Amino acid sequence: MSEHHDNVHEHHHEHHGDELPHADFKSYMIGFILSVILTAIPFWIVMGGVFETSSTTALVILGFAAVQIVVHMIYFLHMNFQSEGGWNMLALIFTAVMVFITLAGSLWVMYHLNVNMMPGLMESVHGQ
Amino acid sequence: MVDTTQTQQAQGQPLQFYETEEHHPQTGTMLGFWLYLMSDCLIFASLFATYGVLGRSYAGGPTGAELFDLPLVAMNTALLLLSSITYGFAMLEMQKNRVRGTIGWLLITGLFGVGFLSLELYEFAHLIHVGAGPQTSAFLTSFFALVGTHGLHVFFGIVWLVTLCFQLRKHGLIPENKRRVACLSMFWHFLDVVWIGVFTFVYLMGVLV
Repeated sequence: MSEHHDNVHEHHHEHHGDELPHADFKSYMIGFILSVILTAIPFWIVMGGVFETSSTTALVILGFAAVQIVVHMIYFLHMNFQSEGGWNMLALIFTAVMVFITLAGSLWVMYHLNVNMMPGLMESVHGQ
Repeated sequence: MVDTTQTQQAQGQPLQFYETEEHHPQTGTMLGFWLYLMSDCLIFASLFATYGVLGRSYAGGPTGAELFDLPLVAMNTALLLLSSITYGFAMLEMQKNRVRGTIGWLLITGLFGVGFLSLELYEFAHLIHVGAGPQTSAFLTSFFALVGTHGLHVFFGIVWLVTLCFQLRKHGLIPENKRRVACLSMFWHFLDVVWIGVFTFVYLMGVLV
């Protein structure tokens, strides 16, 4: 089982309906090396204090995390638009939207809740 | 409809129904398992959101910058990443139908997982020892909930992995076992994806002042 030509419409599956993902050494190694690089850089940025402001650092390391998640999806989880007739990707996109709404919505709402809290109440909370 | 098929048969072409053209997986296990992982993803999303909201509510207790030991976290991250690639090697051995190689790489993966869990438990024990247990502040409650849930997933992944090794020893690489190894592969890589979020959002951003 060396190569997998899915785009040529041939019915050459050894076990028809056997939906196991096909992997090869090269893709795992590319994924691993990219992951090591994408992990090492954020740790270096934070531990070495590369950027002056925290917000810049936060944005940059979040960017690296997003890229690394995509790398894992492609090289380790073998995500593509073909597997399971596209249902895998559809479920993933749906989940990504839900995750975004959950995270961004919670942070947005709760941040404004904190900001608009009465100052006197804030002090009494902190004073305890 | 009947006429058409009969004509085709008459012309010497094989009898075809519409269903044969569509692709039907015999078992929906891989898709079903993926959907489970996606729902698990939503659990983690709510835990991340909780941490995002409460992560700076220290209640006069210790902060992340004071508590987090980044070299330890880097070590943990390295262990989990190594376990991901060794699981990949197990998958490659499975594709070559080598039982011993598959079990061997699975066990190495399990060892990395145990190493990860040991470091995490050491970290938790250390935090509780210095008085930074989950009851101390909202920050620590959400921290233990999020990181603990991930650790619990890794623990059950290791239980599954050991069980699978016994199954492989007894039955070999039968289609059912191949399917199980592939499912655990998705589970394991998924946990690594969640850990990317944890070390970035919790630890690295937690030490930023």
